[in-house]
Formats: sequence, structure tokens, C-alpha cells
Amino acid sequence: MIPVPLLDIRNLTVEFATRRGTVKAVKAIDISVGKGETVAIVGESGSGKSVTSYAVVRILDRAGKVAEGSITFSGMDLVSAPESQMRDLRGREISMIFQNPRAALNPIRKVGKQIEDVLLEHVQATRATAREKAIEALEKVKIARPQERYDAYPFELSGGMCQRVVIALALACQPQLLIADEPTTGLDVTTQKAVMDLIVELTRERGMSTILITHDLGLAAAYCDKVVVMEKGVVVETAAAGEIFRNPQHPYTRKLMKATPRIGMSLRDLLPDAPKAQPAQAAVPRSAPVPGAEPLMRVENLVKEYPRPATGSLLAKLMGKAEPEKPAFRAVDGISFTVARGETLGLVGESGCGKSTTSMMITRLIDPSAGRIIFDGMDIGAIPAKQFAASPHRRRIQMVFQDPTDSLNPRFTAERAIVDPILRMGSISGRDALRARCEELARLVGLPVELIDRFPHQLSGGQKARVGIARAIALDPDLVILDEPTAALDVSVQAVVLNLLEELKGRLGMSYLFVSHDLNVVRLLCDRVIVMRTGAIVEQGTAEEVLGDPKAEYTKELLTAIPHPPL
Amino acid sequence: MNDMTKVEPPPALRFEAPPSTSIWAHARHIVAENPVTGLAFGLFALIVLAAILGPSLVPYDPLASNTNAALQGPSARHWFGTDQLGRDIFSRVIVATRLDFTIAVCSVALVFAMGGLAGVMAGFYGGWVDKLVGRIADTIMAFPLFVLAMGIVAALGNSVTNIVIATAIINFPLYARVARAEANVRREAGFVQAARLSGNSDWRLLLTQIVPNIMPIMAVQMSLTMGYAILNAAGLSFIGLGVRPPTPEWGIMVAEGASFIVSGEWWIAFFPGLALMTAVFCFNLLGDGVRDLVDPQRRN
Repeated sequence: MIPVPLLDIRNLTVEFATRRGTVKAVKAIDISVGKGETVAIVGESGSGKSVTSYAVVRILDRAGKVAEGSITFSGMDLVSAPESQMRDLRGREISMIFQNPRAALNPIRKVGKQIEDVLLEHVQATRATAREKAIEALEKVKIARPQERYDAYPFELSGGMCQRVVIALALACQPQLLIADEPTTGLDVTTQKAVMDLIVELTRERGMSTILITHDLGLAAAYCDKVVVMEKGVVVETAAAGEIFRNPQHPYTRKLMKATPRIGMSLRDLLPDAPKAQPAQAAVPRSAPVPGAEPLMRVENLVKEYPRPATGSLLAKLMGKAEPEKPAFRAVDGISFTVARGETLGLVGESGCGKSTTSMMITRLIDPSAGRIIFDGMDIGAIPAKQFAASPHRRRIQMVFQDPTDSLNPRFTAERAIVDPILRMGSISGRDALRARCEELARLVGLPVELIDRFPHQLSGGQKARVGIARAIALDPDLVILDEPTAALDVSVQAVVLNLLEELKGRLGMSYLFVSHDLNVVRLLCDRVIVMRTGAIVEQGTAEEVLGDPKAEYTKELLTAIPHPPL
Repeated sequence: MNDMTKVEPPPALRFEAPPSTSIWAHARHIVAENPVTGLAFGLFALIVLAAILGPSLVPYDPLASNTNAALQGPSARHWFGTDQLGRDIFSRVIVATRLDFTIAVCSVALVFAMGGLAGVMAGFYGGWVDKLVGRIADTIMAFPLFVLAMGIVAALGNSVTNIVIATAIINFPLYARVARAEANVRREAGFVQAARLSGNSDWRLLLTQIVPNIMPIMAVQMSLTMGYAILNAAGLSFIGLGVRPPTPEWGIMVAEGASFIVSGEWWIAFFPGLALMTAVFCFNLLGDGVRDLVDPQRRN
């Protein structure tokens, strides 16, 4: 007997009306979700995975519409259902969790009240019992001290806490189907693990079905029964989670799996083409640091303090009765390390650990409170950040930013962005010479030369990342700080960019400080690793030592939190 | 443009990075989507035309009185009728466009320079610059704006230049606050940090990174305050400040005609009032159109 699926998507096509005609975002896909089943929809950006889920709950934006096919939810046709019926269904029968938990919550309403709103809307509680039930819901998502948290506003909670509240909201009415759209993107690994464990536990407990939309194959495989792989609006493969890893059928699935960093791989392995296809490039050796030589940079007891906001009333302060000053908040608390010439040093930690503050101090965008940054024999930490723009050392320390879109001026062409440092600090002048240098840099980072006249919004994510890298290496710096340079990119693009960075390092003789929270990527790229927590260094050593045989409890915790595909 | 057709991004990325459309194609699309915007742009062109060519187009000298033809209603000879001195109201309304339009453009340009610069610096530097600009804006906002404008003109002297200055000053808080907010969110943007790393000085950051990126929103602000500036200038001359008779100006003409409404000669005040209303209406609609035109999200 074949059980009737809870959700059955048949031959679904979703179209978007754009200025350049109709675009099919989803093309004739079939997906079915059984009762109690956990299904992952995996794909890169533009694959149509989110659009599919929006079509199910009918929240496509105005330009989009279901052109063909049917969506049946426990015997009911969702495509033709009247809006009033859909409204009743959303939240009560089908719930959604979105990517950014903070954006999904009303910032000026207490979280407890927001849960009450949902309960009252769907007649799950009366005014008298609402508070009690809301606290119960908070308890279920394992929020400590739910009585107190009931009165908290979203901004008072951490990202992981907010996501728990969103889950509490989504599950408040005991829905039959939960759709989680990238629920853990932007959360730390340990938080990701806690949130995913919670979702899976709660849904199993209640016999709910779940659709997990993600770009992370590892996450999908670790938590789901079935995996649906989508590419450009088409389902290319559907299989059981274990099966898809053991025996991937479709070339795209294989490419995606290959590009996902895992233990025991090298950087080359991430690329779809066989390494022997490019012998010249494959021969580029991993440039090892020269032992014994004077390090390029030595950081000694670096501290960054931020004053805490003064407490006490204005009146008390005016009368000179202000409370004694609290000790300043130490974002970075006396860290010391070295970066050798030609070395890639990984700086790892969760959000708030001080790794970004550290990199900002090293790039001399902010001033350290104490400590020294000795760069090539000179204490650059002593030069105020405001004057560093004029220092001859400015050109030797450059940075590749996390978000390639945010780090490019929307009004500058790619060429203008790349030559900006040369114009300010370089020795090349004259339009033709600059153009030639820009084309050379574009070739170096693999950006098609025809594209350098384009504006950022006319480039893809990977192309923008290349522009950012070209700008950083334009002046042949000695040290490049890579601030999660691939966090905003799809895995297949990430694979290419990581290889590019490794190749450039060898060719131009640079050192990297690689700031990341993705330990799998750090393992591939870095020679040595520093693990930071609350402003201090927890552990440091070679990448194999720290990530292969961690000593500190915290490092172990980080490592176990990474979802591993079942192999 | 050739490059655009030669190098197509891979299909998966095309959704995210559409090839650019020319500004004209975009403008056509905006107008087709919202015909009112087209109307606003049309009216704007008409106003500019009247301001430039007005004096050489009109059938009568706007200052020449003809007591034989005083207080005539609209007719084929005098489309908008004549006033108490027999001057042709149509001619006066058209000729007045130049003065009113110039006052509005000058005051908006002035307040854009002052308020925009102060606001951008306040948002970029924060600290005492921010406090100073904020308090100046608060002080101006604390007065009823029209009364403040009256006071400024009365204190500085009764001239067109001072009307321009007064109108600019009362709009200062609007510009300073918008520019401050926009500069403040971009201060920590990645591209600004990247430009810092490229060795740009603070002034260069302001001028090449921040200002070009807040121009669109300032353009919308300018078109919206244009209407307000015209209204303000007309209001001041209505109560006898700034422009003086017999100069044709919408505000004075309404004021002069107001006393004749009770005796039935409605056209003297009506037509200049209509011109004023049309101009304000046009600039307000233009604001919506400009926003549609410069908002990148409307490009898809």
C-alpha cells in the first residue's frame, strides 16, 4: 500500500513576468512529502528552491504566478483555493521559518505577545489562557527562563534565540507541515546545530512533515530523510539522503558534492574538472612558510576596549552622583600571534569572538587600545588610523571583504573600483597604463576583460568577488586579510574562488590572514589556525593539529557541530 | 554596449545580473506604467518652456495698463481676462513663471548645497558635527516655518534674493536630516571601508563614495521641495514681502485679485492661483516619477 503523501506537487511551473518577458523560475517539477517525512530541497541561488516553497503557501510576489501543475495538501488543491482558505491554512496547517529570524519578528512587540497573536488568530487559545500557552511554547523550544523571556523584545535576544522564538511561533498551532527556508544561514555552527536538532526533535515528536530548503548538502544529508536537488528551476535528482551521497546519479549533484569542502580533500578536489586537465596550474605548490625567518607581522598583546554606556539617570549624573564607571568591554583581550611570510593563517571563531575587530585593527581601520602590531619591523599600531591612509605601509596591507556586493561602490565600474588604490597610492598614471594594468589584474583573477566596464549590479556574485580580489592585489600587498571572502557565495563559486586565492598567493608571494567561521574551508586553505573566543585565543597551531586533534574543549565543540554527510 | 551582447552571463546568474537598460528605455517603461508620471514630466517641460520663452511668446506687455479694457472677463482677446488696470492676465501669468521658477530653483539649489553638505558631514563624522547640525535643524524646526521665513525677509530686507535665502533656510532641516540618515548608513558600508584601504582621504571618501550614492534620494527630495518653495515664495509676496507690484508674480496677482472676488471679478485671482496650483501639483507628482526612475529595484 502506498500512503497518500501529505503534500503533493505535480508538474509545477512558476512564471515571473519581467520586463524582458516571462521567466520560468520553476519548470515542471514533482515533489512529494509524506506524513512525518523530512525532505530537503537543495540548490544554489537561482535554482528555484525558495520560489517552490512560496508557491506552496501562495506568497509569491505580484509578478509571479503558478502557470501549470497542481499542489495538493492533504486532498486540498492549493493552487485554486480561495485566499480566505489559504489565510486560515497558513500558520495553522502549514508554517514557515525564514532565513533572518530578526527580520521575521516584529521589533517593537514583546516576543511572548507575538506568540499570543498567532494563538489567538487561529483560535488556539482564549485571552485568559494565551499567556500561559505562549510560555509553554517558549518552553518547548528550550528557551531558558521562559517566564522572563516572554517580556523580551527581539533586539534583546541573540540570533539563535530569535530563531527559537520564530520556531515557537511556527509550531504554536501544531501545523502538519513546516517549511524552513535556510533556517540556519547566518547563524554560528554551534547555534546551527542546536537549532536544527531542535527542529528535527520537535517535528519527530509531533509527527510533522518538514521541508528544509538549504544550499548546504551536508546539512540536508545530516537531518533529512529525502533530498531533492534542484538546478535552474528543474528537479535533477530525488533520492534518499544516504543514497544520494553513496551513489549520486546526476552530474550536477556530483558537481555540488564535489564542491562541498570535506575532511580529507585538497583545494583542487573541489573543482569539477579533473586535476590532470590543467597540469600547469595543478603544479603550483602549496607555498610553505620559510621556517626560522623573521615573521612578516607580529601582534603582541593586542587589546581593543569599548566603553560601556554609562548607566544611572541624567539627573544623578548632573548632580555628580553617577555610578562608579563599569570596566570597559574588551572586544579583543590581549592576543598575540605571528604571520610568517607566505603563510596563510586562519582566524576562527563564532560571531562576537573579536575576529573582525582584530582584522580591522590589523588593517588599521580602527585604533587598538593597547598592544603592538609589528609589521616588517615597524610598529604600525602606533600610527593613528586617521593618518594611516598617508603611510607608505597602507599599500602593503589590503583586504578582501565578506560581501562582494556591499564592498563595491554601486556607482563605480569594475575598472574604476580596481584602479582606485592605484590612483591613490600607485606609481602608474595615464589612462592607457591604468587600463593595461587593470586588464592584467582582471586576467590574473580570471575576470573576463570585457566585463571591467560594467557596474556591480551587472555582474554575478562570483564576478563581483573577483573584482574585490583584483582591487586588493592591485598594489602587490604583502598581507591580505580575507574576511570570509566566500561566505556570500554558492559552493561551486566558492570552490573556484578558493582555488584562485591559493594560486594568487603562490604567484605573488603574499601572506593571508583568513578570517572565517567555516572550519571546513579553513582546513583546506590554512597552514596555521587560531581559534578565538570572547576576545581571547583558545588554541593555536598548525591546521592539522588544531582541526585534526583539538586540545581545547571549545575547538572540539566547534568541530562536532559541523554537519557531516553520512559516508 | 557591444560587450553586453558578446558576453552573456551564465543562465543561472542572469536573473541576478540583468544587462542594463538605457535610461530612455527605462523612462518609457516608467511612463507607460504610470501615465500620471508622464503628465508630470509634460507639465514640467511646459513650465520650463514658459520660464525660458515666456516674455517673447505672450501677446501683451505684462506691465502695460489700458484703463479702457479694465476688469474684462475671459474672452478671445484676453484669454484670462484683464485686471483693474486693464493688464492682460494671461500675459502676466506666463511671464511670472520665470520669476517664480527662478526663485524655486535657486532656493532649492542653495538648500541642497547647504543642507546636503551639513547632513552628509553630520552622518559621516558623527560626534560634535552631528550634534551641531542636529541642533541647528531642531532650532529651525521649532518655529512655524512660514512665520520664520517672514521674519528672515523682514530682517534681511525686502528683496528677491532674501526670499531665496529665507526659503532655503526653512527647508534646511529636511535636507540635512535626509542626507544625514543616508550618509550614516553608508559610513560603515563595505565599499567605503574598501576605499579607505585604498588610501582615500576622508574628503575623497565623502565626495566619491558617499555623495554619489545618496544623489538619487536627494533628487527626489529636491523635486518635492520645489513645489513647496514656489508656494512659499508666492505666499511671501501675497502678504507683501519680497517681490513688489507691478512685477508679475503669482502670489501678488492672487493678492491683488482677492479683493475683486466679492464683486464678481473672479478671474483676476483665479488664473494665477490655478498656475500656482498646477506648478505645485506638477512638482509633487514629479517626485514620484523621479523616485521610480532612480530606484534600482524598479528596474526589474
